Amino acid sequence: MLYVPGNNPNMVKDAHIYRSDSVMFDLEDSVSVQEKDAARFLIFRALKSIDYENTETVVRINGLNTPFGVDDVKAMVRARPDVIRLPKTETPDDIKAVDKLISEVEKAAGIEEGSIKLFAAIENAKGVVHAYQIALSSPRLVGIAFGAEDFVTNLNTQRSKGGLELFTARQEILMASRAAGLHAIDTVFSDVNDDEGFRREVELIKSMGFDGKSVINPRQVSMVHEIYTPTMEQINSARKILRAIEQAESEGSGVASVNGKMIDKPIVERARRTLELAHLSGIYLDEMEEEEFNA
Amino acid sequence: MNLIRTGKSGTLESSDVMITVRNNPANKIEIKLKSIVEKGFGNHIRSFVESVLEEMMVVSAIVDIDDRSALDCVIRARLETALHRAAGITVFNWEEIQ
Repeated sequence: MLYVPGNNPNMVKDAHIYRSDSVMFDLEDSVSVQEKDAARFLIFRALKSIDYENTETVVRINGLNTPFGVDDVKAMVRARPDVIRLPKTETPDDIKAVDKLISEVEKAAGIEEGSIKLFAAIENAKGVVHAYQIALSSPRLVGIAFGAEDFVTNLNTQRSKGGLELFTARQEILMASRAAGLHAIDTVFSDVNDDEGFRREVELIKSMGFDGKSVINPRQVSMVHEIYTPTMEQINSARKILRAIEQAESEGSGVASVNGKMIDKPIVERARRTLELAHLSGIYLDEMEEEEFNA
Repeated sequence: MNLIRTGKSGTLESSDVMITVRNNPANKIEIKLKSIVEKGFGNHIRSFVESVLEEMMVVSAIVDIDDRSALDCVIRARLETALHRAAGITVFNWEEIQ
């Protein structure tokens, strides 16, 4: 998810050319109080005019407890991004309030109810403690994002390269997301000149199970894709597993073995996930596999 | 829409446009355009701005435009912002903004 400051036309018009999975137009922290109205009009018009092709469009609104949040929702629902992201979510009621307002605007504007999805950003200890209740708070929710900059301030600490101070929050958000069937997106890595540190962090959050990472610089997009794209060795191993289980099933058995190792349900699911990631990364799969993921 | 003060929006960054609007004592629309793409798009920008003013029922205004090759959607957004600021509107009627 690529952050795009909401009052910068140069970045707004080209946001999708870096091929991130989603672009997040920010009306919140990157926009000064004096320019909130200008950014809102700019993103409203951009979403109505620019074809962002198959890049998912997300708008980070201001909280409903600010003087700007309600207008952000009223405008953005009418501009129809794929997702509205609520910052600094602390309780399920925060999400329910936005959900209710989105529904009212969808109805008033003649837009199918439920068509605009929601992302909750959790950015402090209160939000982390309520992560699972937040995850269950609305059928619109498609994911939870972790915001570490505000989180470490709230914890009276600061970010380290190893990320020890973020470990519990990442786990809580990931568990809550998985338990509720939502996506989990990790926080930004702010030092855009530290490629090595960025890579280490992406490898860490991928191994933890996160579905992706928020990025603040277009240069970071290709590094995330590279780390998340399965290797040919992993793809071929996944294919072997799926073929073996298909053959076993055709012979009336639910268990197979590959290279002497027993293949059971969790291994099959991981193999499918590997091929799904390969498909999403644009790696050519054979016709049957492509058919399955396009279905 | 009545303009009660000077309203300004936008920047001089690439792909942006700075627009200043104020009431015109001569009671008509007057557009002053400076653009790095004036040769190719000057007429288009003028008529586009006129059409947005008409849509927003602005009949008396002096509009100063300093364009840095902004897309139409950016020109429109900056003009709408400047007009709302000039009219002193702080409660936005999103039902009416198409």
